[in-house]
Amino acid sequence: MQEIYSSLQLAFVMIGSFDPDLVEIVMLSLAVSLTAVVISLVLGLPLGAAIAMSHFRGRGGLIVFSNALMGLPPVVVGLLVYLALSRSGPLGVFNLLYTPWAMIIAQAVLVTPLVTALTREIIEQLDSEYAEYLSSLAISAPGRLRTLLWDGRFNLATVSLAGFGRAIAEVGAVMVVGGNIDHLTRVMTTAIALETSKGNLELALALGVVLMLLALGVNLVIALVRPVDAAKQRRPVFR
Amino acid sequence: MRTVLRHPCLYLWFALAWPVSAMAEQASIIVQSTTSTANSGLYDHLLPRFEADSGVRVNVVAVGTGQAIRNAVNGDADVLLVHAKSAEEKFVTDGYGVERFDLMYNDFVFVGPPTDPAGLSGASSATDALARIASSEALFASRGDDSGTHKKELSLWRLASIEPFAASGTWYRETGSGMGATLNVAVGMDAYSITDRATWLSFANKHEFQILFEGDPLLLNQYGIILVNPLKHPHVKAKTGQVFVDWMIGGQGQQAIAAYRRDGKQLFFPNAR
Repeated sequence: MQEIYSSLQLAFVMIGSFDPDLVEIVMLSLAVSLTAVVISLVLGLPLGAAIAMSHFRGRGGLIVFSNALMGLPPVVVGLLVYLALSRSGPLGVFNLLYTPWAMIIAQAVLVTPLVTALTREIIEQLDSEYAEYLSSLAISAPGRLRTLLWDGRFNLATVSLAGFGRAIAEVGAVMVVGGNIDHLTRVMTTAIALETSKGNLELALALGVVLMLLALGVNLVIALVRPVDAAKQRRPVFR
Repeated sequence: MRTVLRHPCLYLWFALAWPVSAMAEQASIIVQSTTSTANSGLYDHLLPRFEADSGVRVNVVAVGTGQAIRNAVNGDADVLLVHAKSAEEKFVTDGYGVERFDLMYNDFVFVGPPTDPAGLSGASSATDALARIASSEALFASRGDDSGTHKKELSLWRLASIEPFAASGTWYRETGSGMGATLNVAVGMDAYSITDRATWLSFANKHEFQILFEGDPLLLNQYGIILVNPLKHPHVKAKTGQVFVDWMIGGQGQQAIAAYRRDGKQLFFPNAR
């Protein structure tokens, strides 16, 4: 209990003093995870929406599969991305291993299935709500997709937060593909793992507190950007 | 779309993404290393000196010796710095390394709870210490991860003619993780463990744990340094890597290793020829 208290104290001292190493690690964590989430959204939103609005053989199986991918263990993703980016792997020539890009790729692989599966869920529900309305107006498929994505935007913002949470919190994947190199690929979670292995439990926990505050900050920004009555605006808007 | 472009988050993101794009263009090499040299702070002491001398940045990936060698075999390293001599020699004879050099040494120690239930402090040798643990079935935390320390531990069990694996999960507990994590586990369940002295001296979560047996010549812990062979992996930065190897086994590196102290104690003893 004493340790938890002193960790909290240490966390605030570190934040208050703008420890340059800590600032560097925090900025890299944010840059990597936010970039990974943006890539995941670019891939996952249209993919999820397309699955939601289409009908084809094997669709049920695909949905089960994409839902199962949400549970991909980070360390397995790390290993797969390592094998792909390794100098002996198929993408070795790009020399991306042990760079922030390797970490971005790994986290995007982790988050994209999450975004895809949740987007499909949201869009499918909206689609059935709007079905009559949209077909009565004879909207084309792309227009229909745009409308649904736009109207689901606040739920989809929550999806991106869930994705960000998964990305910023994982350690298994970035440890393997980033290598936890000081001043190059060290992020919050790998720093926490390192300090734990050095037996510096209080410092590790203090870094954990900083990480939680960071997640809180990101969520707060999204909450402020989002209009208060957002959830109540549930009528189709055509543009 | 225009609202998206005007969104403040977008610019925040670009500001944050900057450090990623601004990755240093400075000459750099990747060293696959064992964890003890990193966790003990040795690199924080050596690398700034090397960087000042050479202008080369050294990116250290600290993993267990087994994983470090595996990564180097895959070509994901320019230099290998580990502590498992026979595995290192195999790495060289298989053609993955140019040449192996002795770099420095320290020793392994047995640590455990002060109550010392197996009586390790009275042991006559490292194998006797293991025999005492096995016969009293006192808890023992093994790395179990094919690291240099794990290889050493296994060779000691063989020398003691004891087969601990039958007891795996009972008194013999394989953590399958790094030295620090294994020490955390050992401290948590009052188990004995074997660790290199550098990691032990710099480990901060010792609680009441003590060194209970040390000094057997069998417990020597030799570190080696190897340039990854550019004939196997043409992308290896052989020239820069060689500069680093030469510096480490040369006068400056060896003196810097000898000068590194933690709480007044020397952690590594240079012995390059």
